[in-house]
Amino acid sequence: MFKNVNQEALKTIFASVVSILIGLIMGLLILLVTDPSNAFLGFQRALLGGFNRLPRSFGEMLYQATPILLTGLSVGFAFKTGLFNIGASGQFIVGGFAAIFIGVRWTFLPPSIAWIVGLLGAMVAGALWAGISGALKAYRNVNEVITSIMLNYVAVFLVNFLVVATVFNQTRNESLSPTNAFIPRGFFNDLFPRTGVHMGYVVAIVVAIIIWIILEKTTFGFELRAVGFNRHAARYAGVNEKRNIVLSMMIAGALAGLGGALLYLSATGVHIEVVDVIPLQGFNGIPVALLASSNPIGIIFSSLLLAHLNTGGFYMQTLFPTEIINIMVSVIIYFSAFAMITKSILEKYLKQKGGKNA
Amino acid sequence: MNLPFLVQQTMFFAIPLMVVALGGMFSEQSGVINIGLEGIMIFSTFMGILVLNIFVGIIPAQFLFILALLVAGIAGMIFSSLHAYASVYQKANQVISGTALNMFAPAFFNFTMRNQTGSNQLYFLNQYRIPKVAILGDIPVIGPLFFTNTYISTYIGLVILAIAVFVFYKTRFGLRLRACGEHPQAADAAGINVYRMRTYGVLISGLLAGMGGLILTIPTTTAFGGSVAGYGFLALAVLIFGQWKPSRIVFAAFFFGTMKTIAATYTSIPILVGLGIPGYLFKSVPYLTTILVLAFTSKKSVAPKALGEPYDKGKR
Repeated sequence: MFKNVNQEALKTIFASVVSILIGLIMGLLILLVTDPSNAFLGFQRALLGGFNRLPRSFGEMLYQATPILLTGLSVGFAFKTGLFNIGASGQFIVGGFAAIFIGVRWTFLPPSIAWIVGLLGAMVAGALWAGISGALKAYRNVNEVITSIMLNYVAVFLVNFLVVATVFNQTRNESLSPTNAFIPRGFFNDLFPRTGVHMGYVVAIVVAIIIWIILEKTTFGFELRAVGFNRHAARYAGVNEKRNIVLSMMIAGALAGLGGALLYLSATGVHIEVVDVIPLQGFNGIPVALLASSNPIGIIFSSLLLAHLNTGGFYMQTLFPTEIINIMVSVIIYFSAFAMITKSILEKYLKQKGGKNA
Repeated sequence: MNLPFLVQQTMFFAIPLMVVALGGMFSEQSGVINIGLEGIMIFSTFMGILVLNIFVGIIPAQFLFILALLVAGIAGMIFSSLHAYASVYQKANQVISGTALNMFAPAFFNFTMRNQTGSNQLYFLNQYRIPKVAILGDIPVIGPLFFTNTYISTYIGLVILAIAVFVFYKTRFGLRLRACGEHPQAADAAGINVYRMRTYGVLISGLLAGMGGLILTIPTTTAFGGSVAGYGFLALAVLIFGQWKPSRIVFAAFFFGTMKTIAATYTSIPILVGLGIPGYLFKSVPYLTTILVLAFTSKKSVAPKALGEPYDKGKR
């Protein structure tokens, strides 16, 4: 049994590696077509990613990985429970606002506690926001894809309104700095000086592990997945499927909201700008989750991969536009959709080998 | 309050949404989720505007616009064939390959633009507006509403609607397509090539999403920045709101377009200004009203039964 699980994981990892290789090769080809003289240098920097200028680049990579790890978990958790959470962006910005609000206005809290309260507040805000989609799905049969798309826009408009009303820096048309609730940098300060990475990354890893435990090792997680697999069968088996749909969505929202807090409580000068643009981190959660087949532990690595490549993009931007990284990632994702084929090839190979041994 | 202006604005929002959602309908009714509409719109708009810029001054404006629409449609078909190949023949997860298209298109646009011009704004000449349609524009009431300050794309959108309804309901192709999305095994048993029908479904969605991207972009701006502002996703929402049926999609698109127009121009409507709702919140009106309407109408909403399931001949 245990051996089977391992083999399944091995196959998934193998399929991912193949997709990544294809994506990288495509990227190299495009670079060669664009500018042959710089192609290999640029490609080298893209590949080096977080290792371009150690230790600094590595810290930057972890900093970039932090919010997309959470939005990836959000999307992945929803997928595992049969929901498509395309609204991670909205939950992300709502959570980010809650965190900033607490960091700016709740100055009665000592900073050592304020950031934790900020994270919790963001989770509550994200959960409530996503809960709207969940409740509409469970009780009114409204497709969660459509409500979460709509709520993304509403979230941006609402947050803009609230930022202007409560935590506004008028001269710069953005939110004030939540200085009281900046997430401490802890040991990262010594490891990676002058970078953005903070203890939030540790929080993110712990949360990923908790989500994995909930999904795979608890009855609660089993019920959530059962509802996702077949809503009616789950109800027949005695699961309160309506409540579970709402809960799934709320947990997904809490994760995305936490992602917002982890970004906006960084002492790196990020603010919520008052513009009508949906934050990209939420959408980036989709590829992060898909690359890892929605496995929470896998998401730790897929978010690192994306952050690694994006950091590489930063170091190659003197040679090529950084968008080449997104082209590569899109190719990787495209071919990871084919994972079935690579898996079946591997399966055949393993069977042959097994047959010989026996 | 200026009624013709409001109607024209509504058209600019509603027609592209309708066209793209109709495209999505063909894909999803055949059983393939197409979340890549956004990416297809971006890619095709890029191609369409390139055509506009190459032939500007050589070909008369309106003919050029039609040519660009065709090119955008073909570009959309070619781009969507990637999705068709993955989701139909490789039995890939349809959400994944659609997401890949969404990610590729803006990256490709920005990479190419930055590399070639250093900027990521693609400008085009604003010469496609029709101030007044001959004869029809002089009809009282209807003339100013529908035949002044308009774009040829609006009428093309309506023609597309007519063709789509006809193909969907009145042809053997439409019936077979729907069968593939509802019960592919039965369709296969009846001698229909499910793989081919689904490929057609996705390609039609690429064609219409491609045209829709240009229909949206040309009237509303003079520079394309590699984004269609989430209209691909909104079209997906309109498709679901419209319960995967043409007549309801038209209603949903115009409902949303009207709300969007009201939200964008509410300052010119005295009754609404009097309500004293802050502007930031007013922008949410189209999205909130859509959710509200859905909350009261979705109880019986049914998606095509086999939507999202790759068809495997060998599986029973």
